[in-house]
Amino acid sequence: MSNTDIKQKINDILIEEFEVDEEVIQPGAPLKESLDLDSLDYVDLVVLIESNFGVKLGEADFSGMTTFQDFYNVIETKIAAK
Amino acid sequence: MDKRVVITGMGIYSCIGTNLAEVTKSLFEGKSGIVVDPERISFGYKSPLTGMVPAPDLKKVLSRRQRISMGEESEYAYMATMEALKNSGIDMAYFEHNEVGILFGNDSVSKAVIEATDIAREKKDTQLIGSGAIFKSMNSTVTMNLATILGLKGINMSISAACASGSHAIGLGYMFIKQGLQDIIICGGAQEINPYAMASFDGLGVFATDIEHPQKASRPFDSGRTGLVPSGGAAAIILESYESAVKRGAPIIAEVLGYGFSSNGGHISTPNVEGPSIAMRRALEQANIQAGQVEYINAHATSTPLGDANEAKAILEVFGKNPYVSSTKSMTGHECWMAGASEIVYSTLMLQNGFIAPNINLESPDDDVKELNLVSTTIKKEFDIYLSNSFGFGGTNSAIVVKRFK
Repeated sequence: MSNTDIKQKINDILIEEFEVDEEVIQPGAPLKESLDLDSLDYVDLVVLIESNFGVKLGEADFSGMTTFQDFYNVIETKIAAK
Repeated sequence: MDKRVVITGMGIYSCIGTNLAEVTKSLFEGKSGIVVDPERISFGYKSPLTGMVPAPDLKKVLSRRQRISMGEESEYAYMATMEALKNSGIDMAYFEHNEVGILFGNDSVSKAVIEATDIAREKKDTQLIGSGAIFKSMNSTVTMNLATILGLKGINMSISAACASGSHAIGLGYMFIKQGLQDIIICGGAQEINPYAMASFDGLGVFATDIEHPQKASRPFDSGRTGLVPSGGAAAIILESYESAVKRGAPIIAEVLGYGFSSNGGHISTPNVEGPSIAMRRALEQANIQAGQVEYINAHATSTPLGDANEAKAILEVFGKNPYVSSTKSMTGHECWMAGASEIVYSTLMLQNGFIAPNINLESPDDDVKELNLVSTTIKKEFDIYLSNSFGFGGTNSAIVVKRFK
């Protein structure tokens, strides 16, 4: 799966799960604020990524993460390392 | 001084209708809500019969965060509660400045617990269960979710008392308001409908087996019965002090006069006569009325031989042969944790609309119950006072007396 495909799949998942409009998701936009995430939502993000890509995000992965691009990067790296 | 406790709103989501108007029509027409659930056949049930309700579509009315914590019992309870609040003239803004409580009967969350456990078993990682599971997999899930969605600030808890849960919830709400501790409490009962919830109950071999005729399978008091039929959904009523109802200009539907309770102190599943008799007598004492003033009894009768017979004996012992008696479970099946609340809604609808709903499928009453004034076809009749019985495993009993408001 190419990084473009991964990015598109992530966007599709987020739009479906968090019920946001497509234009909300921009690479430079802040992930937390754009999706209105609370602490419980991060648990569901971990579940979604694991069930769709087979990789598990840990607490450390979220610590430096601000934008959607950061989110894509972490997942792409983990998939590449599988 | 004790407060008068009135009903100012009701809501229902059941297998004989998903709102008050539909349910009133079904009750009057003696319509059964029992179907065959093919999923139960493949699951290994002895009886695939059940009451069934449609899944509510809450996507447009609740946020993802709100929905993700709700199992089906909470969804049904939400539907019933919103109907009850609307009929009572209470909107969301009311909760911001007024203390309103919630008491719901619920005694299982089987599906949520099993699904979460299945994920943990497969993944060996609890984090992959997801964030909503814990809030779905506690017996208090209904009150937990509704109190959060509505922003309630009053008493907030669930009552687990087997098949008397919903009735005790209303009884306890009545006591809170009577004593002046709360002005308004949303009371009710909810029951999940899925193969996980009733498999172990089915395993006892007490469910009806007339698969060829689902709508004839639930036959309380009838000698041709083969067992009970499980069911579910949710019912809600708005209990309120008379003063609060008058102050709000709320529609007063009926008055709760008494709540009687008892415990059999005997077998875990085999009922007796004494326990229900005590609960009914206590309800009459609370209501400060004579047995002869009760015109209709909504029986607990689930369509099991000993349960029906013992309740009949208890009714005859306390009330004699006069009051009309029917079990609406003949139409709805046994709504278990919800039943005590739904049967208050059903009986109050009869009170409002001047009829007594039939105990359908009553073709050949048992010898034990023949002396009861059983209603096998709808009777058009204005009446003022009814009593509703609910009994449960462990010998828990509840009886509620309700009167037309005058």
